[in-house]
Order: sequence, then structure tokens, then C-alpha cells
Amino acid sequence: MLQGWVIVLASFLYLGFLFAIAWYADHRADTGRSLISNPVVYALSLGVYCTTWTFYGSVGRAAASGIGFLPIYLGPTLLFALAGFILHKMIRVAKANRITSIADFVASRYGKSQLLGGLVTVIAVVGVIPYIALQLKAVSNSFAILSSYPEIIMPATAGAVPLFQDSALYVAMILAAFTILFGTRHLDATERHEGMVAAIAVESIVKLAAFLAVGIFVVWGIHEGVGDIFAQAAAVPEVARRLATADSPAAYGTWGTLIFLSLFASLLLPRQFQIAVVENVDAKHLSRAVWMFPLYLFLINLFVLPVALAGMLHFQGAGVDADTFVLTLPMAHQHEALALFVYIGGLSAATGMVIVETIALSTMVCNDLVMPALLRLPILGLAAREDLSGLLLEIRRWAIAVILGLGYLYFRVAGEAYALVSIGLISFAAVAQFAPVVIGGLFWKGGTRDGALAGLAVGFVLWAYTLLLPSFAKSGWLPDGFIAHGLFGIELLRPQHLFGLTGLDEITHCLVWSLLANLGAYIGVSLQRTPNVREARQATLFVGGAEAAGMSAWRGSAGVADLLPLASRFLGRERAEDAFFRHARERGLHSMEELPSDTRLVNFAETLLAGAIGSASSRAMVASVVTEEPLGIDEVMNILDEASQVRAYTRELEQKSLELRIATGELREANARLRELDRMKDDFISTVTHELRTPLTSIRAFSEMLHEDPKIDLAQRTRFLAIIVSETVRLSRLINQILDLAKLESGRAEWTVAAVDVGEVIREAADSLTVLFAEKRVMLDLDQCAAGLSVMADRDRLMQVMVNLLSNALKFVPEDSGCVKVGAGGTTDEVRVSVTDNGPGIHAADHEVIFDKFRQGSGTTDVLTDKPQGTGLGLPISRQIVEYFNGRLWVESTPGSGATFVFTLPRQAGDNSQTAHEDAAAGQGPKHNDN
Amino acid sequence: MIRTRLVAQRLAFLFLVGCFFFNYPLLSVFNRGGDFFGLPPLYAWLMGSWLALIVLMAQVVEGKKD
Repeated sequence: MLQGWVIVLASFLYLGFLFAIAWYADHRADTGRSLISNPVVYALSLGVYCTTWTFYGSVGRAAASGIGFLPIYLGPTLLFALAGFILHKMIRVAKANRITSIADFVASRYGKSQLLGGLVTVIAVVGVIPYIALQLKAVSNSFAILSSYPEIIMPATAGAVPLFQDSALYVAMILAAFTILFGTRHLDATERHEGMVAAIAVESIVKLAAFLAVGIFVVWGIHEGVGDIFAQAAAVPEVARRLATADSPAAYGTWGTLIFLSLFASLLLPRQFQIAVVENVDAKHLSRAVWMFPLYLFLINLFVLPVALAGMLHFQGAGVDADTFVLTLPMAHQHEALALFVYIGGLSAATGMVIVETIALSTMVCNDLVMPALLRLPILGLAAREDLSGLLLEIRRWAIAVILGLGYLYFRVAGEAYALVSIGLISFAAVAQFAPVVIGGLFWKGGTRDGALAGLAVGFVLWAYTLLLPSFAKSGWLPDGFIAHGLFGIELLRPQHLFGLTGLDEITHCLVWSLLANLGAYIGVSLQRTPNVREARQATLFVGGAEAAGMSAWRGSAGVADLLPLASRFLGRERAEDAFFRHARERGLHSMEELPSDTRLVNFAETLLAGAIGSASSRAMVASVVTEEPLGIDEVMNILDEASQVRAYTRELEQKSLELRIATGELREANARLRELDRMKDDFISTVTHELRTPLTSIRAFSEMLHEDPKIDLAQRTRFLAIIVSETVRLSRLINQILDLAKLESGRAEWTVAAVDVGEVIREAADSLTVLFAEKRVMLDLDQCAAGLSVMADRDRLMQVMVNLLSNALKFVPEDSGCVKVGAGGTTDEVRVSVTDNGPGIHAADHEVIFDKFRQGSGTTDVLTDKPQGTGLGLPISRQIVEYFNGRLWVESTPGSGATFVFTLPRQAGDNSQTAHEDAAAGQGPKHNDN
Repeated sequence: MIRTRLVAQRLAFLFLVGCFFFNYPLLSVFNRGGDFFGLPPLYAWLMGSWLALIVLMAQVVEGKKD
């Protein structure tokens, strides 16, 4: 059943199926119903991390070193535990700046440097080529092995097969064609490939299912569970050695190195960056991937060790490569369908990797290497060409073909000398060189373009010298003398024992030197100078995160007329116009002709172009049409840079000074109040003095008259003595009231609060004044006083209020015809008492004034003669008392028709009296029933 | 959600826990003969703690938002 043509047909059917999925996903994306905008799809697509290295190579690695295959998957797990700090930030930054690849990311971070973008691209291409070779080797081997079914024959080494009979060559060509179809059908301004991501997610499911199927078959089909395999393995000494042992400090060191290495690789490999960052639809999807992607890794590794052990037990000494156990175990047990499924799973793993990796690399090669170079060559006249979008696609297609060609070449040259995993690790070590500039660039603002260039260059050279060249030498392609004796025979320069460093495996050895030198050069060279304006701006964008995005670097302007043709040349007319139109709509305009020639438009065009040709090229292209204003943007940016540092400080100062201003205002107000009070106190004292002097003067005058003239007749003498007595009474009352008021105002007054019958108080007050009313022949009417009105108050004080109001009324009513009416009534809440007279009334302007101390109604200026009984303190004291009990005292009057003084008291003493109660004598405060 | 600082910090804490779980010296504790429910102790420890870490990470990001 498993003839060659069946396998080929199955392969093509599978590839066709993938293509259909991609087509459908693209179609859905075009109609706005994205298939991949889903956290599960995102997590699955991250499974592109698992290539044939995982699918076939892990078992081989496990057969060679027990659990040695695991760190490659523990590293990414740990990376995703740091997702909140690293990945999330990268995604946000990449989205804000339309980053299209890791080269673009690095170039953009360090001032949109074309040179840096180019260097990253070179490192990525050279570094990843062994990894691509690994896929070719795995697919062609699995094809060869499967097609020899039912026999199990290891394929001949590639070098021994003539070129055109080498299945790996055809695999490379088919994969190239397939990738070109997949990734370069049209140019996307955002460099996102919905269809590809959907296909990758499906491939992740296929390879996981295939591996789990093999695992289940091996564990429960061939053996009787995991325990059985381990028990059998333990019985065979040769196999038992592989049982999960790390037996030296160096082994632990290697183990730790691999975790660390894979942590970076799962972030920095071009395809990982492409899927995790560039193709990410929504940063929120990351939170699901945080556990789902590690879980995927866990599942795909679940059966690795059991399968490896089972393979070793089954094929002891049969010369079967452990890298092929996944395929050869089902074959050995005549499970054709399972074997075919495994083959398809391996194909999945390989195609997924190759497609994403080469698309990512081709984008980098095109945007960061070829286009910048072509645009600089004036001979080609590209800068003036109308439509470059076709050219861009052409470059990418060629880049894909060339990269796969190089992969094949590496496979032919060096592929046979290594196991799958060892080849992959060479690539991991290469992309680990990006770690300092990428991670450093995200968190350290001081990195400069020169530092990044130096770090990358040094790291790359050391990587090539200690890892890549030895891999060529081992396959005999380079003379291996330089491994054993060092370059030019200098012992210290032996690539795998550089400067005499021994005791490490080759990967750890390479990483120690290359990363140390890389980091040292990056930091050391960066610190040679402060970042220039452009670097500083990009540093702000990357380190500061999203809030800094949207800052404009352009001081110049260009109109739609300049920018649209520019964009059209790279994106094609239709797409460019569409994007400009959408931009106009976002800004609330109806057509793109209305777009103003401002920096915002220039920024928009730059970001748009960056999606197609990379940020560095985009900047160069836009600069060619933007007329920047001559005065140094550098100086302005310098100022801005300093300003931004000072800004935080300033904000703090502003905050402080605001607080100070508020405090000052409050103090000024308090001061003004104090001054006012001081003035009032002075006024009060002078008034009091005046009030006291008046009766004193008259007492003294009459006393002196009596004293000096003994011959005054009796009638006169009696009259004078009566005046003296009356003035003395007045004086003592005045002094009493002043003391009383002072007490009230200072809160030292004593209050005895109890239930008081208002009617009783009114009658008592009236009784005490009966004589005075009778003397002046004034009628006092108490008929409208309701009975049984009770309030919580101080009886004596309330009495004082009533007496004040009644005597006040008495003062103003005419003699003989005067009439004073007292009314009292109440609601459930309050009691209301009114005292109405038929005196001259009070002007509206004086309604409040009369409650001030020593002030009386207008027309009563001459206190001594006209109102001999008034002190001007009765009403203020009354008001103080009423208000103490939360009541109100006021006057209603129209001049000519008398006045009515009204006060109300709540039936329950309120809060105010509660606070005042603290000043009152202990235990004599108001009783509260309501709380 | 990763956006909240607390969740990011909890995850970072799990990162440290994972670094400890998956490395020397803790590994040397399990690196011995014998078996643990039929599995080599080191293998059982790595797979078990790995799964536990994944479950904890899931709990942190999918747990109730606060």
C-alpha cells in the first residue's frame, strides 16, 4: 500500500488541504470575519515552535541523553511566564510602530538604522539556514524510509546520492513553491498573513495528533503501559543508561544553558517573532496562550521518552537511527496507516516551520537588505519608478527560493554529521545573539545604534567561529585541522576551546563567549555617547510603551499629492488609495483630498509604508518627499528629550505649588477673618465703652449737682435721685447682658436642657412684665397661645428670649393705644412663637441689622433719649439662644403697620446642640431620643 | 488579563518558581535510582512539576479578574 506514489499523493493532498484552509481564512479575513482572531488559534499557531526537531528529533535526543530533550520545551514555558513583561510589551510596541519582522524591530528601536536591519537579516538568514536544512533532512529521510516499507532501511547519506536523485532537493523545491504560493500572493500593508496562520494552527493539531497516536500505540499497543516500558528498559543495561540521568555538574550546566537558550529562541527566532508578535491579532489573546502553548508543548513531549526507550528496546543493535523511531516503530509493527499518518505529521511540522520561517526571512531580506540597497543605486532609477509593489513581491519570491536553496546546500554539506537536534541548536545559538539588543532595547533607553551593531557583529562572528565553522569542518567541507589546532595553528584559538576554555559542551561554550562579548560590546559601545535624537525618540517609543506612541518625529510636511504616489509605488494604487481614504475617514473628512499637509499625515504615510518595506526604508522614502523645516530637528528633539525628563519633575513641582497656592489662599482667608473679628472686637469694645459711659456720665452729672448744691429743693432732688437710680439699673442690666453675650459667644454658657412647656414660659414672661405694660397702658393679648406645646430647651434662657421680645415690643408701641399679641402654635416637628406689635414697623433693610449688637432700627439713633430701655443687645442674645437650639429667629414687618418677631424651635434638640453640649455643663446637655 | 500588573507579577513569580524547579540544585535531589510509580524520579519530577506550573499559570491568567 505504501508505494512511493501513494506517499507523494498523500503529501500533495495534505498540502492542498492546507492551501484550502489558508484560502478560506484569507477569504474570511477579506470579508471582515477573521478566523484567526481567537486566542485558541493564536496559541495553536505558536505551536510552529515544534518542528521536525520535536517530531522526530526529540526521540533521537532522548535515546542519546535521556531527559536531555526536555529543556528545549521548559524554556518557552518559562518565557510565557514572563509574557506580561516581555511579550506583551513587544506586541504593543510592534503594533504601535507597524513592526514587520525582528530585523525591523531592532532597526526601528535603534533609530531606524538600515545598516542594523541589514545586519540582523544576515544573522537571521545565516543562523536559521541549518534549521531549515534540518527540516529538509527530516522530510526527505522520512519519505525515503516510508517508501522502502515493509523493510526498514536507513537512507543513504546525502553526499553519496547524485544531486538529481536526492529527494531532499525535490522536497526543497516543492516547499519553496508552496511557500511562495502561500506567502507572496499579494502585498499586505501590515505584513500579516491570516491564511498562513490558520493553516499553521491546523498543522499544529495534525502533528500533535500524529505524535500522540504514535505514543499511545507504542505505550499501550506494543507495551503494557508506561511502567512496563521503564521496567523493561531498566533491565537492559545499554538502555538503562539513558534513564533520566544528568550525572555531572557540566551536565547540569548544559541543561540550564539549553533552558535559557530555548527561552530566547522561542521569542527571537524569525518565525516565532512573526507568529507571536507580528501575526498577533489582539494582545489580549496572549493571556490564553500563556498556559495553552506550554500545555501544547507538554502534550507533544508526553510520550517522547517512552517512545525512545521502546525504540531502543525494539531495534537494539539493528542500526536504526533513533531520530526515526517515531516512524519506524509503527512500520516495524506493520501499521501502515499509522506510519502514513506519522509521515504526514512530520510533514506538518516541517512545512509549518519552513513556511513561516522563510516568509519571515524573505520579508526581512526584501525590506531590510535588498530594497535599501536597490533604492540607493541610482543606476536602477528605482526611486523614480511608478509601481514597485510587483518588484517587492518578486524580491520576496526569489528570497524564499534562495533561502531554501541555501538550506539544501547546508544539508548537502553538513547535514549528515549531526543529529537533528544538534543542527537546530546551532540556529538557536545564532538567534540568541538578538537577545541583548532586543530585550535591552525594550527596557534600557541608553542603547545606541553603534552599540547594537557592535554587539551583534561580535556575537555573530564568535558564533560562526565557534559553532558554524566547526559544523562545516566536521563534515569535511573545511579542513578540520583548525578545530584540533586552532586558526593558524594557535592553540588558544581552537574554536571549541576558545582561549583555553574547556569542560563545556560546544553550545554552552559558544554561548558563553558570544553572548558575553555581545552584551559587553552592546553596553560598552552604547555608553560611549548619549543616544542621538532619533535613537532617543525610538527608545522612548519602545521603552516607554504605548503611551509614548504617536509622538511625531517629523517637523516637515507633505501633502497627499506627494505621499499617495509614493505609497502607491510600494503598495499598489488601489491599496494605497484605500488606506489613505480610511485615514481621512478616521480624521472625520469625506475625501482624501481634504487631508491637510501636516505631520500627522506624514507619520501615517511612514507607518503605512513601514508595513510594506520596513521602517528604515520607509523613513528614507518618506524623507525624500517631505520637506523638513531646516532648523535642526536635532536641537528640538534634544530639548524635547531633556524636557521629557524634566516633565515628570515639573509635574511634581506644579502639584506642590498648587497645594501651596491653595494653602496660601486658605491662610489669607483665615487672616482676613481674623482681621475682621479683630475689627469687630474693637468696634464692640468702643461701643460698649460708649454705652457704659452714657449712663455713667448722667449718674455722675446728677450726683455732682446734688453734691455741689445742697440747696436744691426736694422735688428736684427726688427727680435727680430717680434718674440716678434708673441709670444705675440700666447700667447693671447692660453689664449683665454684655457678660451674658460674652458667655454665649465663647460657648461657656451653662445650659440646663429639659422638656419645657412653651405656653407656661410665655405666661410667666408676660407676668413679669405686667407692671411695665400697665404703666404704658399697653394691651397684652395672650389668647392665641395653644396649650401643651413642649420643646427640649433651657427654661431660663427661653424665658430670657420671651422677655426680650416682649420688652422690645413694649418699647416701640405707642402709649395708651399700644397692643402686643403673642401667638404660639406647633407642628409635629417644631414650635412656633410670634410676638406682634402695632408700632412703627421696621424697614426691610433693617430686618437683619437689628440682630447685630448695639444696633437698633433706624430712626432710633439717639439711644439715650428715645429708647432709654434698649441696650441693643437683647435681640442678638435672643437669636444666639434660639439658634443654640437649632431654631430660627427673624422679623416680619412693613413700615407703618407694626412688626412681628417670630421664632421657631424644633421639638427635638438637634445635632448643633449636641456639639455645643460639649461646652455645656456635664450631664446637663440635651437628651436625644433619636439616636 | 496580562494587562493588570498583579497578574504579570504573579506570572513572573511563577517564572522564578519554574527556574528553581527545573534547574540544579533541585534536580540533583531527584537524580537517583529507584522509581516513583514505575517512573524514574527525575523524569516524574520534571513532567509533574511542569504540568503543575502550567496549571498554576492557567489559574493566574484565567482566574477571577482582580
